[in-house]
Amino acid sequence: MSTHSITVDGHGHDHGHGHHDPNLQHHFTEMEQQFDSAKLGMWLFLATEILMFGGLFVGFAMQQAKFPEAFQAAHHHLDRIMGAVNTVVLLISSFTMVMAVWAAQMGKRKALIVNLVITLACAATFLVVKFFEYSHKIHDGLLPGKFFSYAQGEPNEYIFFSFYFMMTGLHGIHVLMGMAGITWLLIRAIRGEFGPGYFTPVDLIGLFWHLIDLIWIYLFPLLYLIG
Amino acid sequence: MSDHASEHPYNHATPNDWKGYLGILIALLFLTIVTVAAAYYDFGEWSIIVAMVIATVKASLVALYFMHLRHDKPVNVIIFLSALLFLSFLLILCLIDVNSRVLPTPKNWKGPEPGLVSPAELNKPPAVPGAPAPAATPAPAGEAPAPAPAH
Repeated sequence: MSTHSITVDGHGHDHGHGHHDPNLQHHFTEMEQQFDSAKLGMWLFLATEILMFGGLFVGFAMQQAKFPEAFQAAHHHLDRIMGAVNTVVLLISSFTMVMAVWAAQMGKRKALIVNLVITLACAATFLVVKFFEYSHKIHDGLLPGKFFSYAQGEPNEYIFFSFYFMMTGLHGIHVLMGMAGITWLLIRAIRGEFGPGYFTPVDLIGLFWHLIDLIWIYLFPLLYLIG
Repeated sequence: MSDHASEHPYNHATPNDWKGYLGILIALLFLTIVTVAAAYYDFGEWSIIVAMVIATVKASLVALYFMHLRHDKPVNVIIFLSALLFLSFLLILCLIDVNSRVLPTPKNWKGPEPGLVSPAELNKPPAVPGAPAPAATPAPAGEAPAPAPAH
């Protein structure tokens, strides 16, 4: 696949269509090169995302090692059922996202639109569940940093909740960003801009969406199950 | 192979791909049930390892199949793995640091549990210069010097 040779015949990107692909930008030789470059850039971005979330995970691990009892006590405030529901919702949305990429690759416009809509609906469900979880914690005073006002429990429980809000909050912001991206894809899909020859945006937003899922796969057991 | 393959060499989709994706989703949902069920048993120190192993299996499935890394160009796999490699450096070195620190709290220490600055401490009004100093209990020897409350 990577050994695809570029034919230099004066029309490097001419695959017998006899015209330029309208999606090919002038600084690329051919669509494959444009696709590979875009994907490489997306993966570099995802690497920085992993490192950004990674810092929070490492901080969590350090404080967890220092105050295991407090973290153990604090994680009982989280609702496992809600966390599990959100995990299932995100996994399903990841599946519909990859189905959307596949539909775009196969040129199935209707399937692409349906899958994008389901993905959006799952993302919205995730945020609604998160909203109920947050409002419950805010009501109990389990807020991060100096806003923590929960009097009972272990003395250092507030450290857990600082991490809880920062990690799930940053993750939630990413869900919002993903939803914006999927909405943009949806508009373009309805216009019929994607097909077997051009599906790069669907693929790249899909990668971003899977990364959000990937991070939640670690957040869920760490915060909800183990503490 | 796809009918599009000859025309679009970067398009690797085949008509039956959805079956594979569905299989991965079922595996992911099954592993979610396993990890929730495992959390109800107390494996002691092993709980975190069990949970992280299951999470890593799930993450690998997502990365390999949903993110197409299995059939992707090697350079993308290298970028992904290098991010994980450097993250593991950060994690391992930080944990070695934390676990090898000698905390100066005396063994017979009976004061409050040493921790970070507590929320109560942070919410205290800043000390006014010139005002009589509050009957401050001197910072217990050994406790990490607490940063100034006002910041």
